[in-house]
Amino acid sequence: MKQEGKRSIWNDYQKEIADDKFYYVRSCIRQNFFPGSETAFLKILREVLEKDVFDDRHHTTCTGIGYHAEVVPLETTMTVVGRNFALMKEAGYQNYVPSCVTSFGIYTEILDSWHHFPEVEARARENLDKATGRTFEIPGNLAHTSDIIFKFRNEIAAKAKYMLVNKTTGKPLRVVDHIGCHYAKMFPQKGIGGAEYPYVLAGMVEAWGGEVIDYPERRHCCGFGFRQYLVKANRGYSISCSKKKFESMEPEKPDFIIANCPGCAYFLDRWQYALAEMEGKTYGEDGHGIPSLTYEEVAGLVLGFDPWELGLQLHQVPVESLLKKMGVAYDPESKFRGANGEDLGQPESPLNLKFYE
Amino acid sequence: MDKTVAVVGGGVAGLAAAAALNQLGYRVLLYEKEAFTGGNVRNWDRLFPKARNAREVVDELASSLTGLTEIATGTFVNSVKSTDGLFEIESSGRPAYADAVLLTTGFELFDARKKEEYGYGIFENVITSADLEKMFASSGKPLMADGSEPKKVAFIHCVGSRDEKVNKPYCSKVCCVTAVKQAVEVREALPECEVYNFYMDLRMFGTGYEQLYKEAQVKGVNFIRGRLSEANETRTHQVMIKAEDTLVSRPLQITVDLVVLMVGMSPAGSTMTILKSLGLLGNEDGFAGIANAHTGSTLTLKKGVFVAGACSGPANITDSVNEARAAALRIHQYLGGV
Repeated sequence: MKQEGKRSIWNDYQKEIADDKFYYVRSCIRQNFFPGSETAFLKILREVLEKDVFDDRHHTTCTGIGYHAEVVPLETTMTVVGRNFALMKEAGYQNYVPSCVTSFGIYTEILDSWHHFPEVEARARENLDKATGRTFEIPGNLAHTSDIIFKFRNEIAAKAKYMLVNKTTGKPLRVVDHIGCHYAKMFPQKGIGGAEYPYVLAGMVEAWGGEVIDYPERRHCCGFGFRQYLVKANRGYSISCSKKKFESMEPEKPDFIIANCPGCAYFLDRWQYALAEMEGKTYGEDGHGIPSLTYEEVAGLVLGFDPWELGLQLHQVPVESLLKKMGVAYDPESKFRGANGEDLGQPESPLNLKFYE
Repeated sequence: MDKTVAVVGGGVAGLAAAAALNQLGYRVLLYEKEAFTGGNVRNWDRLFPKARNAREVVDELASSLTGLTEIATGTFVNSVKSTDGLFEIESSGRPAYADAVLLTTGFELFDARKKEEYGYGIFENVITSADLEKMFASSGKPLMADGSEPKKVAFIHCVGSRDEKVNKPYCSKVCCVTAVKQAVEVREALPECEVYNFYMDLRMFGTGYEQLYKEAQVKGVNFIRGRLSEANETRTHQVMIKAEDTLVSRPLQITVDLVVLMVGMSPAGSTMTILKSLGLLGNEDGFAGIANAHTGSTLTLKKGVFVAGACSGPANITDSVNEARAAALRIHQYLGGV
């Protein structure tokens, strides 16, 4: 692998990312999958970086899952997107920041459509006006939340309590980065580093002391593809996609996986459990899995946030192996306690995937 | 005769045209931006369909020049201005005037890095057809980055040709037969090496091409009709490639030691620079525009300005040389020699 070749491509795909005053748009599913991630993003932006972020309770889904499942027509999606843009305008913001990669893809695609087909934008405006009486403005800047963390990766590194370095060996942690398909595959110029060798997560890992590893199935789907998991009969295809990736990355002995898409982080976590139960196969060390984290969770760990406040106890693949490598201080007894200290009980241990130490 | 023709580009078309113009009695100013004449052919080892040494062709054409040709190598033509039928050549060398101008600016090889998914410049064992020619010239066989001999080689056709994604919708004509030629050469140099050619169509249009294709099959080259979707590097620096075998409608994955990208022809940057200075346009693919495709392929829409060879579109050596000689006759006609 010629690193200079990759860096040359990274230089070709830069994008403008706003510096402050963000209008934050949540994901439909992330709060269920990894509930600490969005909270961590807001905490990092507001408390660590002292940025202005508006978390609007009135915004809705972008309809992305329904759109890609062909149950929501494109005109409806455009109208809903227009409404979210209208809310941003009413709130006095211009920099639109969706938390979900699918949403980012939806917004990018619609803005591109409107740019090339003004009559389609006019129709969306008309539909929105009829339905809500609202008007919208095109965002001054559109960036995914991973773009924002990427932009401030060095500021985060400067405030780091822990680095992505093995505390025992002193070597960089080996990290698999996985980028959601809708981040840049449709519009490579809208993603940091482009579509083939994205830099958005690799840049974070580098800045925080880790080492990004490559493997032959790096580009392969995580298994979350909508038609694979929405249609129950296709889920065998979904898990086989994930398995293909795990088999390919296993020889590289990754310390963890970092992903910027809700579905990728989730499926690369949960399917490890399913594969362990189905086939008795695990892909980490000594019967462990490979922890699969979101970039906000990784940023939170680097900044010294409590792992259980980050919601890491909700991962199917336990993260303790990573915490120990990084030297993160944590209380094992608090893992399954609620916010008020109440004991929530402990999950049953899987048959094959090592869950408790 | 005391008339001068400026020939811009010292590849095979430029050399052939200059020689023909000399024979007709014209003085020729031959501009070549590189240090040597011969153009892209100079960088090739052997030529299809009969494996003739490429340097022989260049030397043969160069030896046909007479004392009437003044060669300015290392000289870049910036613009050509036309005044009352006289052309002023502004270059990195001294200013000069000519009675007619022939563009033989040729082509540039497609930059394979633009097909990012194939990993050229990133994966150690992904090379281009031009890189392979250099290997043949220096060591007579393909070699991997670590100097070892490959056991499996894949040729990928149409890299930068017939590809809307990189704005190259046209066929580069010669890559198919070049891939077949190189595949045969690999089998001859390394008889144990497995060779796979991934193609869209095999356009064997020239004399002897179809026979070469048959020879490749007899010599054990595997032909798979399918375009690559992606390439990735393995831990051992091999290249895992994914494609679809469209004849059996099945996805295909294979790991090879060396991938050869058959890079197509792109317009030379200097062509449009000179055309613009003359108020002329390129064609839809960015090559030099011609008067008409059937009977005016060496003419432009400006009197006194002619084109020949791959500057007006992908062409093989045979067609480039023939067109150059045809252009020389057109110039002779224009200058009143006929």
